[in-house]
Order: sequence, then C-alpha cells, then structure tokens
Amino acid sequence: MKILVCISKAPDTTAKIAFTDGDTKFDEAGVQFIVNPYDEWYALVRGLELKEANGGSVTVLNVGAADSDPIIRKALAIGADDAVRIDAATTDALYVAKQIANYAKDQGFDLILSGKETIDYNGSQVGGMVAELMDAPYVSLASKLDMNGNTATIEREIEGGVEVIEVNTPFVLSAAKGMAEARIPNMRGIMAARSKPLTVVPATEASASTVIKGFTLPPEKTGCKLVETAEELVELLHNEAKAI
Amino acid sequence: MSVLIYTDSSNGALTKNAFEAANYGGQLAQAAGTEAIAIVVGAAEGLEALGKYGVSKVMHIVDAALDNFDPQKMAHVVAAAASETGAETIVFAHDYTGKAVAPRLSAKLDAGLVTGAVALPNGNVVKKAVFSGKAFAEIEITSAIKIISVLPNSLDKVETGGSAEVVAFSTEIPSTRITVKEIKKESTELSLTEADLVVSAGRGLKGPENWGIVEDLAKELGAATACSRPVSDIGWRPHHEHVGQTGIAIRPNLYIAAGISGAIQHLAGVNGSKVIVVINTDAEAPFFKAADYGIVGDAFEILPKMLEAIKQLKA
Repeated sequence: MKILVCISKAPDTTAKIAFTDGDTKFDEAGVQFIVNPYDEWYALVRGLELKEANGGSVTVLNVGAADSDPIIRKALAIGADDAVRIDAATTDALYVAKQIANYAKDQGFDLILSGKETIDYNGSQVGGMVAELMDAPYVSLASKLDMNGNTATIEREIEGGVEVIEVNTPFVLSAAKGMAEARIPNMRGIMAARSKPLTVVPATEASASTVIKGFTLPPEKTGCKLVETAEELVELLHNEAKAI
Repeated sequence: MSVLIYTDSSNGALTKNAFEAANYGGQLAQAAGTEAIAIVVGAAEGLEALGKYGVSKVMHIVDAALDNFDPQKMAHVVAAAASETGAETIVFAHDYTGKAVAPRLSAKLDAGLVTGAVALPNGNVVKKAVFSGKAFAEIEITSAIKIISVLPNSLDKVETGGSAEVVAFSTEIPSTRITVKEIKKESTELSLTEADLVVSAGRGLKGPENWGIVEDLAKELGAATACSRPVSDIGWRPHHEHVGQTGIAIRPNLYIAAGISGAIQHLAGVNGSKVIVVINTDAEAPFFKAADYGIVGDAFEILPKMLEAIKQLKA
C-alpha cells in the first residue's frame, strides 16, 4: 500500500500571534513550528498503522521552503519512510494543491491523506482541491479509516453523527480527531530520521487565486463581569446578555 | 454577475446552515445589485422560504444518482448550475457539506476560495478568522469566479421578505466511486455544532459520575453539552464533545464553561461564541480573561443553583 501524507508546517499551539510588515505578514520571530497537529496525529499515524498492518510505504509531502525541513524530519522520526518537499512558497491553498497534484499524479499512491485543516489558516481546502485535480474521490473530516485489501471503510463526520462510506483506492481523505492517537518519536526513530531520504523537488508552474491583503487582531474583550451568585448570573444572562 | 448559493438539505428540509448561506448570499447579491439564486439537491420542501433572505429563484434537482452524498457529484452539479446562471460568486456554508464540496468546486473552476468568512466581502476582499480564531485575515479573491463559504453564526440575519420561485433543474450526473453504506446519528439530542447554547465542563468536575449537573442544566436550557480535551482524552466524556484547537470549533450564542481553566487550545475552539460564562474555583484561571461573565465558585454548587434560577425564570 503506497501512502502519501501531506503535512503542513504550523506555529506551535501556544505561539503568540503577531504581525509585521504593516500587518501583512505573520511574525515568525521566536515562534516554534510544528507539524500541523491534524496532519501528524491523525493522518500520519493512521497511515503508519495501515502500513504496519498491510505492508507498503508512507511518504510525507510538504510544500514549503527549507525552513520546513525540521518538521519534515520530525515526521520521518515518527515513522514515515521518506519525504518529499516541493520547494515553493505556500501562496494559497489552490496553488499548494496544484503543486501536490502535479507531483502525485504519476506516483501511483493508493491513499493520499492530510489533516482536516491547518491550525493557522483553518482552510480545510487542500485535500478536496487535490482530489478534484486528480479526479479522485474525496472523503472529508474522516474520523475512522479501515482498509480491507483495496476497499476502505471510512466514517465521515456529519451534523450530529457519522456517515459510513466505502470506497476503493485510490482516493484522498482529510483526517479528523478519532482517526488515531498521537505517537511520540523514540530515540531510534529520531536517529533513523537523519538518514531517511528527504528529496527536494522544484515547484511546477501554477497560479494562485487569492492574496492575503493583511491581518487584524480581534478587539480586546471588555472584561469579565464577575458576580457572586448563580441567581445574579442568570438574571444578567437573561436581561443584559439576552442569552437565555 | 449573479450569486449562486448552495443551500443544504437533510431529511427533506433545508438545514439551519442553508439559511446561513442564503442570508450571506442574499445580502451579498443585494449589495452588488444582482440576483441571488439558490441550488438545492434532493427531495425537500419549504424551499420558497429562502425568499425571505432575498433569494429570487431556487434551482431544485432531484436525481436518484444524488441520493448518496459524494462531493465529486455535488461539485459537478453546482458547477453546472453556476454555468447556467452565469454566477460570478458562489456561496456555501462552512459546514460539513461546504468543507467537502467547495474545495472540489474551487479546483474544478480554478476559482479562488475563502472558507469561513466572518463578514460580507469588501469588494473582492473577504475577512476570515485565522490562527484558530486569534486573528483575522483579509483575503482578496483575484479570479473571475469567486467562492466563499460562510462561518455559521457570524452575520446578523436580515430578512427582506418575499418568496422564492422554485424551478426544476437537471444535469447529467457523472458516475463516481463513493458508496454511502450507513448513516449513524449520535442520538436525537441536539448536535453540538448546531446548538445555540452549550454547557461545557472539564477537570474541575472531578469525575464522570458528576456530570449529571451539567446534563441537567443543558437539558433545562435546551443546550448541547461539550467538554475540554483532558476529560475527553481520559474517557470521562465522548470524543465528539471535545471543543478546542484539536477537537472542534463551535460558535454558539452562549457558552457556559464549568471547571475548565481556559488553556489557549481550548479557547481556540470557543472564541467564536457570542457570550462566554466561566465558573471556576480558581480566581486566576486564564479563562476569566476571555469571559463575559464569571463566578469564582464551585461548579457543584453553582450549576444546580443556576438550574433552579432558570426554572424560576420560566415559571
């Protein structure tokens, strides 16, 4: 089973969010970067579990510059067999999807997995775009993925429940919580990661269709109104906040 | 020129998010001086109600080939409708369906997509929440056709009155490879992502056996229940209740949090709530900084008293 896991570089969940260049760029100074949690804990780990059960390989793919290499090595340390970095700026989701599809289209992957969204842009877009560009089925927000030969049984989140889906490989899937449990890389994994292949390939010609003009921060919360009793709280929620 | 709105239906009726999308698309069309047209897939009634948000026409397609959800087929259908109406802007709700279909459509039409819009566009610039709700980005869509998915509960509803004309629509449906085997609904209880009110609790409740006070309050309020990540990880509460950066994000009108300290990752899942209430014994709990109302107190005492007070309110 040939599995591709698309991973993004994301700021650590506790990173302070600030902007520079007239609020047009995310300020990376002092920020730790990680593999996007949904990509790592759910897509990558499930991919590894399926490889361990069925044989095959797991390749991780990142679209980015050399500063992505540390997080790519982390994915290799967790257990991916090899990595590919498409040397391109992450201009926008459609551009990134085109890079991925242009690379993947003649590689014969059975499964293309990613996390449901990145914690920095919250797009939830690239997986679906890649699927369309590759004329492949797409299952979004999957919380469970089981393989029986070439046939996948997947649970996809829907309003108030799940949809149970069956589809044969090849297909694209975005992973949500429930798919797998995070793995901590062990010493052996970290050592092995250093010599696993990380191939850098050039970007292919592609267009973007959105541009970030700038960022703003939300207005400061006006401050919490502290009260002493439950009765006072309910009264305020009813009369002032009109929430109940 | 026109605006095409994908309005979702389920079990024969338009969903709550269908009206979110219609509200956004209708206002967008009005501001642009153009027509708002909706597309509905599958047997459903009451479609003319979309007219109250300014939708003038509803294209209704019913086809056995579309009975089971496959975003590949849906993207094809919406593209066909967009082509027929000459739509320049296509609107979705940023919900489970929108997240599956809009990206496929974007790639299909090579049309720029902004997901999770929190306001009407300013020209071609759309505002959305980023960094898990800690900031906003203004994103310009530069392609001729633009796709926007709207974050539910972000825009005030504006009813313009009116009834939409419903017309039958059909297009050839390509065969695709996804088969839906079964739909499993959690229960008849209110789904967390649709609930207007949510009562949530965390480690401060000390054990799963104590959740009765949370559930009772939720029931009285007609609220859904949610929880913090630690208690879902240790199995006190089901996974689907976990709200936070690595769980789900919700945007209810009221979020009541008891015994949750308010770590950044939790806030990321609830910072879209209109009103946040925090109940915690620790006056230094970071959650109070993000709250609108709070009580420094014990949930075991406060929640039942809130229940009583609410019952009194209704009496």
